[in-house]
Amino acid sequence: MTEEVMIRIAVTAAYIILAPFLGGLLSGLERKLSARMQGRRGPSVFQSFYDVKKLFSKNLQVVNGAQIFIMGSYAFFIVFTGALLFAGWDLLLVFFTLTTAAMFLVAAASCTHSPYSTIGANREMVQMMSYEPMVLLTAVGFYLATGSFDVAEIVKADQMAILKLPGCFIGFMFILTIKLRKSPFDISCSHHAHQEIVKGITTEMSGPCLGLMEISEWYEKVFLFAMIGLFFISSNPLSIIAVVVMCSLAFFLEVLIDNTSARLTWDRMLYSSWTVTLLLGGVNILLLELFK
Amino acid sequence: MNVIPYLICFPFLAALVMFCVRNRKVRGVLACISVAAIMVMVFVLAYCYISDGKSSQLLYESAHYVEYIMQAGEILLMLLVVFLCVKYKKYPVILLSVIPTVMILLTEYIGPELAETAHIRLDRLSLLMCLIVGIIGGMIVVYAVGYMRRYHEHHVEFTDRSSYFFALLFVFLGAMFGLVLSESLTWIFFFWEITSVCSFLLIGYTRTEEAVRNSFRALWMNLLGGFGFAIAIVYTAYKFRHLSLGMLVEQSPLSMIPVMLIAFAALTKSAQFPFSTWLLGAMVAPTPTSALLHSATMVKAGCYILLRLSPALSQTTAGMFISIIGSITFLFASMLAISQSDGKKVLAYSTVSNLGLIVTCAGVGSTGTVWAGIFLLIFHAVTKSLLFQCVGAVENSSHSRDIETMQGLITRLSKLAFLMILGIIGMYLAPFGMLIFKWAALKAFIDSGSHNVFLVIILAFGSSTTLFYWTKWLCKLVSYNSECTPCDDVTTPGQYVSMFFHAVMVIVLCLTFSYISDYYISPYISDIFGETVEFLSKSNLTLMMILVLCVFLIPLLIYLRTRRMKKRTVPAYISGVNRQGGRAFFNSYGDERHMELSNWYMEDLFGEKRLLKFSIIAGAAVVVIALVLVIGGALL
Amino acid sequence: MKDVSKSPWIIHYDGSSCNGCDMEVLASLTPVYDIERFGVINTGDPMQADIFLVTGGINTLNQMVVKQIYDQMPSPKVVVAIGTCACTGGIFKECYNIIGGTDTTIPVDIYVPGCAARPQSIIDGIVQAKECLKQKCIAEQKAAKEGK
Repeated sequence: MTEEVMIRIAVTAAYIILAPFLGGLLSGLERKLSARMQGRRGPSVFQSFYDVKKLFSKNLQVVNGAQIFIMGSYAFFIVFTGALLFAGWDLLLVFFTLTTAAMFLVAAASCTHSPYSTIGANREMVQMMSYEPMVLLTAVGFYLATGSFDVAEIVKADQMAILKLPGCFIGFMFILTIKLRKSPFDISCSHHAHQEIVKGITTEMSGPCLGLMEISEWYEKVFLFAMIGLFFISSNPLSIIAVVVMCSLAFFLEVLIDNTSARLTWDRMLYSSWTVTLLLGGVNILLLELFK
Repeated sequence: MNVIPYLICFPFLAALVMFCVRNRKVRGVLACISVAAIMVMVFVLAYCYISDGKSSQLLYESAHYVEYIMQAGEILLMLLVVFLCVKYKKYPVILLSVIPTVMILLTEYIGPELAETAHIRLDRLSLLMCLIVGIIGGMIVVYAVGYMRRYHEHHVEFTDRSSYFFALLFVFLGAMFGLVLSESLTWIFFFWEITSVCSFLLIGYTRTEEAVRNSFRALWMNLLGGFGFAIAIVYTAYKFRHLSLGMLVEQSPLSMIPVMLIAFAALTKSAQFPFSTWLLGAMVAPTPTSALLHSATMVKAGCYILLRLSPALSQTTAGMFISIIGSITFLFASMLAISQSDGKKVLAYSTVSNLGLIVTCAGVGSTGTVWAGIFLLIFHAVTKSLLFQCVGAVENSSHSRDIETMQGLITRLSKLAFLMILGIIGMYLAPFGMLIFKWAALKAFIDSGSHNVFLVIILAFGSSTTLFYWTKWLCKLVSYNSECTPCDDVTTPGQYVSMFFHAVMVIVLCLTFSYISDYYISPYISDIFGETVEFLSKSNLTLMMILVLCVFLIPLLIYLRTRRMKKRTVPAYISGVNRQGGRAFFNSYGDERHMELSNWYMEDLFGEKRLLKFSIIAGAAVVVIALVLVIGGALL
Repeated sequence: MKDVSKSPWIIHYDGSSCNGCDMEVLASLTPVYDIERFGVINTGDPMQADIFLVTGGINTLNQMVVKQIYDQMPSPKVVVAIGTCACTGGIFKECYNIIGGTDTTIPVDIYVPGCAARPQSIIDGIVQAKECLKQKCIAEQKAAKEGK
């Protein structure tokens, strides 16, 4: 038992220390990969680290003082969410903490009384509304498939959860696009320039504030891919290979979708993600419960 | 247990005093003293009960003289309703009042000989309701003292009938105590009708055309429920020869018809679809009414009765239909709340939606859901009453309760805004009460059997829409501009006492609920279901408490840490030149244009036009099917 | 301090112009010229930008806009005037509403001449701006140290 606790603490510490490096590298790869897909050379894979370092060397500039501590709280709760997941805590609790974190982001954006930021915040709320049901159903799916909400128990399952949760997996991949702010669902804030609401939710963030936002996104990215990994992990140590392979595939797929699709409007996003949730997530869970 | 008669009668006496005292100041002081007395009595009751050590007590087997008073009271109520119906020419409502009363009276005089059963039941659930009614209700009355003063200063067009208002509040408190403590069906029915009529009179307080229309809607819907209740009483008397709610539940598969009818009455009282419209209309009443009757206590009476019935509903068709109605209400009310900009209307829809969740929990009727349902009831009472009071106070100060006008309230009315923010995050965010028990309910639904999976799916969608309307309200409050016009805070100290008390309760309950569960709720659950289950693991609960602290401490710490940092403040980017600190801009002709930020309402997706009728029809269909199937099934 | 120059994010404003330079700035972001390989991101948001690219001249109406955008950028920041109009007012210089080049309103660090300026010279301007950004950052930190 104590050994297990040690392992959990070690994994959590590893997440807190290593996630920004991994997340930053993923962001860099994303830009490199996108550039290659578009026939460009693109920046270095370490570009994200350069960006953040630059952002922190800029002078502190705010629209109002509240921005800093709300952004700080957002960053804290994002890290906390990931830490909960890697510490093997209850999956629902993890997702609820994620929602709390997202609320801080929305509040940080709208406290500025800036039109672009506020529209971004409103769209972010619609995004939350779109992905929340699928997120909850995924947690329920894990519970039905493995008999526990605790991540620590889920990773010890005899077989991969994906075998029982194919619908939930596809649904989760769908909302992953929303969560990662990838086209066609990058409506609250885009990584690309020239969208109609400037930089959306991050419009009023500059210098260190934006740097904090970037780092939080790295943490979140690692957290989300860990969720993808959770579908493939089992008590068999070889499943780690499956996790790595599938996470890389999911990553590639997200970049591909990002580069090949145009942005949708918020109502299309809401309709489509709710339909997918209901059809894939809902039916998957109903069938699981029926053939239990 | 000698306190009980005093507890029920004292508020009526206080009401009489309120009605007679015409001086506002004296009345205010008297109201506060009466509230203090009521609270003392509730605490004495709680102390006696706990020191007694018995889990459930049945009292007052024979109380004939009280029955006579009640019959007189019922006739009086009927006459009052008939008089008002005639006055406002709402004749059909008369039938809904006269028939049940006559039915009950006839049953009592020419009906069968009934077994002598207890009239009062004191157990953990009813004591809990007493505590809610006494403490929350009492605080709201304290709030009302200041509120009504400002209300009439602001609304000079309405005649000041404050003494009548306070009298009704106290009558209502008395009736609520009676309702939750009664075991005899006729007693419950009597207090039930009093609360209906109180609510009707309070909604019509301003006597405007809209108020009268809405009050009659509330009246007929509640009386319709009462009608169902009366039929249940007559049926029970003839079929089972007793009038005890507890025995009815024990006889459960046989007593499905009265149980369903009482559940139907409970649905009307807790404003489930198709009966939700009365609660939405009730928002024309002064805010303490909405806080007390229409969110914290009266609508909870329906939930309370359903929780009482839940052992009988568990794993039955009736229970399934009730959970369907509850979940439909939960989902659609939370969607409809998105399209509203009136603060009280949003609170009303949110109330309906949360009541739906409690009703669902009671309908499923497993150990876990009942446990979650009771906690939802407690947390909702405290949090929602805080929110109603905040909206009322904001309305008195800024003369508007529209959420759009609450832009930047955090700088204009900081104290009220902070209280409101606490209330809002208490309603939907981890790690606060409502969310924890939504989580517990979610787990309990899955565990309670495969036929409840659809409830899980509905809950998932309903929580996401809930998230949306609260977050956008919250954002409106914090979105401030340096040049927002300041507002005069006219809130009286008494109001602040009540609101701060509620705010402290919200946090304290979050920190202590695992103890409340261990020492109070779980024993009750094991009493009625005969089994104990650990619903949320201890480690999770500890983590929740840490999270509660984090939500407050982390922003505060970062604030203190970064407060002195050198920073440059720039105007927000609006793709042009800011004027008035960003509240206006220069357009391309060089003219100054004003700028307003507005929330999203998604009228064509979640608007009342699109969803309200549909949800009412859906609710009505389920209610009719449920009644036909359950009663028909039992008769066959 | 090397890293500051590795991530020059730009904002681009087009004043009174024929839009030729404007097009060329966007052209340099396309795959053919790909200035993103230097780490450039076209942010469109002054709050996040390090380099301010101005094309076209300054007139009485856009003067305050340019001023405000410059104000909203966090320092250290660099201004690049692109094209003849932005450098001097160009062909529009004598117009009744034209004030002149960008330097009439805000301090300009790099001038990129041309009518219209070619993408190659724009890229060159941005690369020089990177260097300038680095110098400014070093100077600022020195000043901060001395200030203490």
